[in-house]
Amino acid sequence: MSGHAQEPFAKLPVAPKPPLRRFHQARWDEPIIFEQSRPGRRGIAVPAAGVPAVEPPETVRRARPPKLPEMSQLHVLRHYVRLSQENLGVDQAVAVGQGTCTMKYSPKVNEAFAAAVGELHPLQPVDTVQGVLEVYWRLERMLAEISGMHRVSLQPASGSAAIYANVAMIRAYHASRGEGDRRDQVITTMFSHPSNAACAKTAGYEVVTLMPGADGHPDIEALRAAVGPRTAALMITNPEDTGIFNPRIADFVDLVHEAGGLACYDQANANGLLGVTRAADAGFDLCHFNLHKTFSTPHACGGPAGGACGVVERLEPFLPAPTVERGGDGYRLDTERPQSVGKTRPFLGVTPNVVRAYAWIMALGGRGLREVAEIATLNNNYLMDKVLRIPGASAPWGRDRIEQVRYSWRELFEDTGVRSEEIGARAADFGVHYWTSHHPHLVPEPFTLEPTESYSREDLDEYAAILAHVADEARRDPGLVRGAPYNQTIHKIDPTPLDDPAQWAPTWRAYTRKHLS
Amino acid sequence: MTHPYIPNAEPGVRAEMLAAVGAASVEELYAPIPAALRLDRPLDLPEAMASEQELVAHMRALLGRDTDTVAALSFLGHGCYPHHVPAVCDEVNGRSEFLTAYAGEPYEDHGRFQALFEYTSMMAELLEMDVVNVPTYDGFQAAGTAIRMAARATGRSKVLLSGAVSADKLSKLHDFLDHDIEIRTAPVTGGGEIGEVEIDDSFAAIYLETPNVYGVVETRGRELADLAHAHGALLVVSADPISLGVLAPPAAYGADIACGDIQSLGMHQSYGGGHAGYIATHDEERLVAEYPSRLFGLAPTAVPGEYGFGDVFYDRTSFAHREEGKEWVGTAAALWGITAGVYLALMGPEGMRELGETVLARTRYAMDRLAEAGATVLHSGAVHFREFAIEVPDADALLGALRGHGIFGGVRLDGRTLLVCVTERHSRDDIDRLAAAVRKELS
Repeated sequence: MSGHAQEPFAKLPVAPKPPLRRFHQARWDEPIIFEQSRPGRRGIAVPAAGVPAVEPPETVRRARPPKLPEMSQLHVLRHYVRLSQENLGVDQAVAVGQGTCTMKYSPKVNEAFAAAVGELHPLQPVDTVQGVLEVYWRLERMLAEISGMHRVSLQPASGSAAIYANVAMIRAYHASRGEGDRRDQVITTMFSHPSNAACAKTAGYEVVTLMPGADGHPDIEALRAAVGPRTAALMITNPEDTGIFNPRIADFVDLVHEAGGLACYDQANANGLLGVTRAADAGFDLCHFNLHKTFSTPHACGGPAGGACGVVERLEPFLPAPTVERGGDGYRLDTERPQSVGKTRPFLGVTPNVVRAYAWIMALGGRGLREVAEIATLNNNYLMDKVLRIPGASAPWGRDRIEQVRYSWRELFEDTGVRSEEIGARAADFGVHYWTSHHPHLVPEPFTLEPTESYSREDLDEYAAILAHVADEARRDPGLVRGAPYNQTIHKIDPTPLDDPAQWAPTWRAYTRKHLS
Repeated sequence: MTHPYIPNAEPGVRAEMLAAVGAASVEELYAPIPAALRLDRPLDLPEAMASEQELVAHMRALLGRDTDTVAALSFLGHGCYPHHVPAVCDEVNGRSEFLTAYAGEPYEDHGRFQALFEYTSMMAELLEMDVVNVPTYDGFQAAGTAIRMAARATGRSKVLLSGAVSADKLSKLHDFLDHDIEIRTAPVTGGGEIGEVEIDDSFAAIYLETPNVYGVVETRGRELADLAHAHGALLVVSADPISLGVLAPPAAYGADIACGDIQSLGMHQSYGGGHAGYIATHDEERLVAEYPSRLFGLAPTAVPGEYGFGDVFYDRTSFAHREEGKEWVGTAAALWGITAGVYLALMGPEGMRELGETVLARTRYAMDRLAEAGATVLHSGAVHFREFAIEVPDADALLGALRGHGIFGGVRLDGRTLLVCVTERHSRDDIDRLAAAVRKELS
């Protein structure tokens, strides 16, 4: 036996906590669900037909049962509860480490509102859904006020889907003027989200990417050289994913307008700008928001999300259909929109998130949104001050940042050989998430922090202390950091099979075929 | 009062933090934003709710005006389906560790990776295919991407589309494909199945749905697969996975790409908010290379007996290569994938078979009862799953009259045609009630 009972206990009063948490993630050592199956067990009963059976012809009948797991209800539940405990959400962790993603608190009360629309069918008669249509209409008007745009569509399923819907509207607009074929280029910037480039390319555009100049802003001379009769649009984030606000943004928009193009604003990074500056103020023609970022709907392990496309009046005819309209006898859906780009997804939108976003704005009001922006910006500048005191950390292009910062461990890497990704794996041992950045890694050994308004000063101090500790470990014992994690659910992964077609196993079926037979 | 959602709005903390960064005010931090771009007034928004209690009252008053499909007897489907949602599905997707996490890394969010790997693995068993994506937005997007994958894999730019596709999905496909993929449409036979199909070596794919927009189960899958393959094209089949406990998966009759919506697998109707899309293929590198979505795969760790996970063939994606990746990838509908996995684990092979048999039988029962009640049931010779179309003298008049019986009778396809949806949630009595009301209104 361990004999721990004989060991001396600490004395009362209990000593202060150490500077960093003695964290350990849940480690259930949970088998894959198929390994827990036993023939004949069931997790839920299904109603019997109670009417004469239909025997489908052999050509369409399933020949052999699917090899799904067979488990009782408690064991299905327990498996997934264990997996959930091996995951870190905003509700448990200081989630400032995923810059560009605006990880904020999703108020619990809003979950009940989302559930309240659970049994509404999207094709019900409109007079039976006046409540939810009013939420759509009111949220549209709120986002129109926040962006300065004329109309807003809440149909897109996510931020990237909203970017695509904006590209589709841009395409339809130029086509309506007989310029669809000629305007075949979209200009974006390297620090705008990759979906701007990728959606434009998918929609058939040639993509021109502006690189940052010496000051970190996209180079206006490069834009001047790029715009012309082939320009369909500029698709740009501001502040970019560096957290740097481009002060000449209105000049960018003007240059594009002079060339006959449209200016489209990716407002994924709007959290520091609510009530401070608006898309319309810089002259943009289109913009989009992510409801799951700025407007607090939960990120849900990567969706369901929610996108909102805002447009100026001359682009209104091209909005996805249907739109919600208010008339004397209530709210209705307008499907007669001949110039519309059509459907971007089924039905009207990701309704539970529309409801949550509306409730969040109603809990804050105009002054509250401004306070969100100010505190998000203050939190970012406070955390930046802490992070830049860590030897080996830097922030290229100076300290003028709004709501996030793309930092670099370049110096630490040169000194120790420890990479940013390895710092992140070690930081996980202290109970936090950490992300590097999108590719390409123009900032060497990047990491991107976005401490939204939701975190306390103490949270920010803790996160900075974890980074400082890990950076110090990298100097003292780089092998320790490279071998991380240790206090996590699993240990360091060998990723090489993931890129080898002979070995990769994207499902259990592929795994058993390649590795167990 | 310091707002409950904004801890550092507390004036003392705010002042200390400003002092720490050496700023006199937050205004200084906004210095990079030119004055000309600044909003010089407060946002014109409704006054904030002063308390959570008042917010609850406000939201209840708003949403309380709706009549949902529990209060009414609803036969609405057409892409959004009222299947029973097991309580465990809601319990798991309500777990805040899943609900409030994001696109984490394979260590601190190991649970998410395993749950999504298990989702794709259970879908793979149902589909008899080895590769399934982390969900995309919905079945519309899955169809559009599946067709684009076929076009890229074959280097061709035409698709022959079944004519039995919903108007909304067709709208999405046109928007998504038209600029570089030509859509040809196959006719629909009087029996409700795909009609005469002609393709040549310039086609990338034949796209089929089963059950199709009329609820008809297509029976010529093998013939279409052979035809596509004879011309070097692929067969893409959209199938609702909830039917696959009894119906053959697309791979069984030669489909190269399967796709569809998973809303039926444990998601509420949520006024159209419960959608997510799947795409599946065999484990062939040339097709795996064309997925834009994330694919999660197994990997070993430093400790024997531990499962690790990571992205398979990440280099395909726009995360890796921006516009040089395949289409784009981003936040889509991961939590619905986790939920569908929970659903499939609860159901198991027998549950999926029983559910399929119940839906097949009740659909036929409803068709027979409505025919007896005086409606003309279309495509009555075909096997139907969950939906069927009826013809009546005046669709709007009938729907309006059924409202008087507390019934949402179906989705209006045109002035004379309604689409009626029956799932395991509709008891025999529910169907009889619909039939009795239809009989009364049509007589």
